[in-house]
Amino acid sequence: MALLDVEDLSVTFARRGQRTVRAVDGVSFSVDAGEVVGLVGESGCGKSVTSLAIMGLLPKQPGLQVAGKAVFDGTDLLQIDERSRRDIRGRDVAMIFQDPLSSLNPVVPIGLQVTEVLTRHRGMRGEAASKEAAQLLDRVGIPDPKRRLKEYPHQLSGGMRQRALIAMAVACQPRLLIADEPTTALDVTIQAQILELLKDLVRDSGTALVMITHDLGVVAGMCDTINVLYGGRVVETARRRPLFRQPRHPYTVGLLGSVPRLDAGRGERLNPIPGSVRDLLPWPDGCAFAPRCDRRVDACLGEPPELVLTHDGRSYRCVNPAPLPGLTSGDEVRAAVPGQATPGSVPAQAVPDEPPAVPGLAAAPSEEETP
Amino acid sequence: MTGENTLVEVRDLKVHFPIKRGVLFDRTVGHVKAVDGVDLRITRGRTYGLVGESGCGKSTLGRALLQLTPPTSGEVSFDGVELTTLAPNKLRAMRRRMQMIFQDPMSSLDPRQNVESILTEGLQAHGIGGDRDGRRKIIAETLDQVGLPRWALSRYPHEFSGGQRQRIGIARALVLGPELIVADEPVSALDVSIQAQVVNLLDELQDNLGLTYLVIAHDLAVVRHISDTVGVMYLGALVEEAPSDRLYTEPLHPYTRALMSAVPVPDPDVEDRRERILIAGDLPSPANPPSGCRFHTRCPWAQPTRCADERPQLREIGDSRVACHWAEQIASGELRPHKVSVQITRPAGEGEEPSVVSAPTEPGSFV
Repeated sequence: MALLDVEDLSVTFARRGQRTVRAVDGVSFSVDAGEVVGLVGESGCGKSVTSLAIMGLLPKQPGLQVAGKAVFDGTDLLQIDERSRRDIRGRDVAMIFQDPLSSLNPVVPIGLQVTEVLTRHRGMRGEAASKEAAQLLDRVGIPDPKRRLKEYPHQLSGGMRQRALIAMAVACQPRLLIADEPTTALDVTIQAQILELLKDLVRDSGTALVMITHDLGVVAGMCDTINVLYGGRVVETARRRPLFRQPRHPYTVGLLGSVPRLDAGRGERLNPIPGSVRDLLPWPDGCAFAPRCDRRVDACLGEPPELVLTHDGRSYRCVNPAPLPGLTSGDEVRAAVPGQATPGSVPAQAVPDEPPAVPGLAAAPSEEETP
Repeated sequence: MTGENTLVEVRDLKVHFPIKRGVLFDRTVGHVKAVDGVDLRITRGRTYGLVGESGCGKSTLGRALLQLTPPTSGEVSFDGVELTTLAPNKLRAMRRRMQMIFQDPMSSLDPRQNVESILTEGLQAHGIGGDRDGRRKIIAETLDQVGLPRWALSRYPHEFSGGQRQRIGIARALVLGPELIVADEPVSALDVSIQAQVVNLLDELQDNLGLTYLVIAHDLAVVRHISDTVGVMYLGALVEEAPSDRLYTEPLHPYTRALMSAVPVPDPDVEDRRERILIAGDLPSPANPPSGCRFHTRCPWAQPTRCADERPQLREIGDSRVACHWAEQIASGELRPHKVSVQITRPAGEGEEPSVVSAPTEPGSFV
């Protein structure tokens, strides 16, 4: 049995006088012990809301509805009361956030913030707690940990802050670690350090890791299984190599075609996905990706595409998937997508018969920029 | 040395920002050397890419090149005209020929101006297009070039998606018919699929209009994709400049090597095979940069001689220019990387003096 089983999770934000937003719309995935699972997608696809819902960290507000199941080791995290959830959170399941400066308390020394976890979950106090905290900082590669314990977050560099956050997360040797864009705010060289650290931690302690990111490169180097999200649903699930070699869902194909590669030759044009993440079809009306998809057929509209399971354990949600090339070459998959996505083509009007949509009033969440 | 087709030439450019202390009397207690002696040349019709980590001075260099930030010293010549000593009114007229695209399209567009007004402003300031109809014609052509529909004219920035906003930013730069465009992080605020659209658009505009770009970005893959020549900056200075293909296949400077090996590639096979060079620690403070080679505190190839006390100059090796004393020896494998302990460098007068501490379990300075 899997360590974490998320089944049909959906999160709805309803506000009076505003359209209801289904941020997560039936996400299912599972994480085995010791496995690294990636949730990949662009902003607005629901990857962060998924993780916050699992952790029970969504701000309590009227109109928030969380449905579905998130079974961690036999307990449904969505059903238990706040007190028992607090016991699990930090001890069995821990989280690393994107922006370390805003997730650390600026007026409390680092040491106190790390010992807080130890006191709450492991009942350590005083000298023992600070000694353990220093060891934790040392383990995540913070030089001179004893002095660092007395320092405040602003005195640390971005990379060091992220390390401190990781130290807090691994303080109780959790069985599941959720990392939400852990390196997005960092420079590449620091990103490489942090990813290497996360890899080491996972390898040494057997912790399962859910890696939430928009960066396909990070996923390629770290994850065992990858879930690609679009419009609040998982559109493709596959092991690492098959996903990159033979992406089946047109969105995955498009994502891979959009990323300039460091090892590619100069002058190769990118194959972007036309339109923007806002051109979203509500799932009940068909495939959410259909307005931007170049493999769109009539069957895409009307009802949401079923999840197709294939023999090798992968699955995708598409009625007209990219063909499996006879030869396993990434280029052929890319070639299957015609390069009709010229930059000149006007976005926001990808569905031909629709009137020109006013971009600001589209149904999808309007955050498109990554912060 | 200035060839026929050199559009921009920068010589020994320095931008230092004073650090002020005190309430009544501002004392200058030091300088942040954001850009500290950069030479570069941009060929007409080509793209020069500038990469580096945050705080390395790449944006300041771009702004100083356009005289948006006055340089402390050095020379910038644009098409043979020296900009640093140019009279303000003449500089204003020159600005027409060099435009900028900013990172965040939302904060660089006035939310109270509609697109037509945004695009007209520059035309009016420079007296281009004559009357209203003439300007409208120019604007309509520009909209077509960047792939925005005509109905966009009467709308306001908030009504557009991020990618479209960046297109408005590009249109604002293009409408004056510039020769040089400085693009500061043009795609880093955009989603992956939108990034590719904007990158392709920039490529296409260059092909059609013969533009010269200076692209500043932290994303090496993006920079390498659109640039002909790439300059790598570290702490206010260029450490390597190379044709973009060579930079990946034969990086010469240790910092470039580390940077190249740190960029994730979306291909599991490549990721598993790659050798990672992890550089330890963080960027030292530009207010108190290390002596000699600025990278020597973090360099896995640093040698006991020369590196700490002699600042390397850019010298030519093959098609590249590199600022490293030991580039040939490193390239030939004669010098091997070693483990580096983390050094903490703080700005002068802030916190403790720079002290050297070892990191017992720093996870590998190289793997």
